[in-house]
Amino acid sequence: MEAYDLIIIGGGPAGLGAALEAKRQGITNLLVIDREPRLGGILMQCIHNGFGLHTFKEELTGPEYAERFIEEVVKEKIPYWLNTMVLDITEDKKVYALNAEKGLVELQAKAIILAMGCRERPRGALMIPGARCSGILTAGAAQKLVNMKGYMPGRKVVVLGSGDIGLIMARRMTLEGAKVEAVVELLPYSSGLKRNIVQCLEDYGIPLKLSHTVIKIHGKDRLQGVTIAQVDDKRQPIMDTQRYIPCDTLLLSVGLLPENELSRKAGVELSSITWGPIVGPHLETNIPGIFACGNVLHVHDLVDNVTLESYEAAKHAAEFIKGEQVKGEAVLVTATEGVRYTVPQFVENEPKAPITMRFRVDNVYRNKYLAVYFDEERIVHKKKRILTPGEMEELTFSTELFKKHPKLTSITFKVERS
Amino acid sequence: MQREITCIGCPMGCNLIVQIENGEVVNVSGNSCKIGIDHAKKECTNPTRIVTTTFPVLNGIYPRVAVKTAEAIPKYKIEECMKALKDVAVTAPISRGDILFRNIVQTGINIVATQSVAKK
Repeated sequence: MEAYDLIIIGGGPAGLGAALEAKRQGITNLLVIDREPRLGGILMQCIHNGFGLHTFKEELTGPEYAERFIEEVVKEKIPYWLNTMVLDITEDKKVYALNAEKGLVELQAKAIILAMGCRERPRGALMIPGARCSGILTAGAAQKLVNMKGYMPGRKVVVLGSGDIGLIMARRMTLEGAKVEAVVELLPYSSGLKRNIVQCLEDYGIPLKLSHTVIKIHGKDRLQGVTIAQVDDKRQPIMDTQRYIPCDTLLLSVGLLPENELSRKAGVELSSITWGPIVGPHLETNIPGIFACGNVLHVHDLVDNVTLESYEAAKHAAEFIKGEQVKGEAVLVTATEGVRYTVPQFVENEPKAPITMRFRVDNVYRNKYLAVYFDEERIVHKKKRILTPGEMEELTFSTELFKKHPKLTSITFKVERS
Repeated sequence: MQREITCIGCPMGCNLIVQIENGEVVNVSGNSCKIGIDHAKKECTNPTRIVTTTFPVLNGIYPRVAVKTAEAIPKYKIEECMKALKDVAVTAPISRGDILFRNIVQTGINIVATQSVAKK
């Protein structure tokens, strides 16, 4: 059985960042495992620009952002296995992986970083009635076909859901000569970035139908059209608003789910809100020595945040491996009244380093205050012109702040009117 | 002339009402901050975009290579740009940053590779 100090599962931005930071922290006996034939993860199919504004102070495309990290990984001689599927991980940090060269291998790690990313919600998660015909695929699957394989999945397109990948693909399909009839969004607002709504839809005159959904799929072998309708404030279709749109392709951009099948097998406790592991300030799961970062932990909208989070996870994993981990008493963090979740879900008294809390709100709020309470005392009261579910927020708490609150038992995040 | 555009400076997404006379922005309203004014001026006088697409690759380890305009090109030239690149194919090896097409639609701007593709 091969033994490693650190095994990182996933070679996308989270895994690459974690590997580089672990190496900087002096961890040399490490391994990155990825199931794809190349490193870079989902970034390799995201050929549009807009990545890395915070990390590199310039706008890169997905492959450019990824290749900067891949080149570093190669330069640092960090070992990685491609085309390798991790089948199982255990509580005592054994990793079972399979590839065509080595067959089934059993590896032992001192620490594991989960960096498997997320996947798209498929049609099956939506319960749209109608035909089971071809021509219905997730926006990400279409993105892979168009950008990496050079195939067009269709010519007349409706996009259901206005997540960023859906918006990006509405533009991409248009540039490749397809007609995108509409982007249909159930909610009264889009979860996509404003910039994408303007530059992917408005630039090309693609209508965004808010508070609308697809109520029927028509077709036999191939999709022939969809029926859309407006929905009321309970998200129920208003039947006399229904309209038929002929199309040969329906792209789904209806949310992303962290991919935690492996985590679950190791007994990692998951949050029912983020669908990622519940972690503390070390980004460590309930299983000592198993850490998580990136989209497997919670879905991010900016890769820069994934990179930063991966550095944090790797720092803490290195401390664990070197026997330098110091744990304080747990302080529960509660997200309530407008704040949907925070990561980490709990912190600890007397942290050695500042703690960055990342969180999302549950609705669009204008001219409200973001408030954080340390027990009863309000320590943050920040006016926000806008808070939206599509844009992750973050706050960093200094070590001094915790020193001022030695008996801290709980932290509460909320949105306040005044 | 009056135009309505959405500001992309932040998630607020202010609806900007822009007054344009003789090709010049003379008034912007609906903005919440200065970013909106700058955005309106740029968008209504010289809107530009970086265009990204892919080319087929001959003899490479991957079938496509991702590319972009090295700088933003005028927005009205996007369609023409895509047409001009329709039948372009390139041969591996390709390094990130390589110029794969020069002076796209007379903008003086080149198309560069945004990824490397080794030879098969």
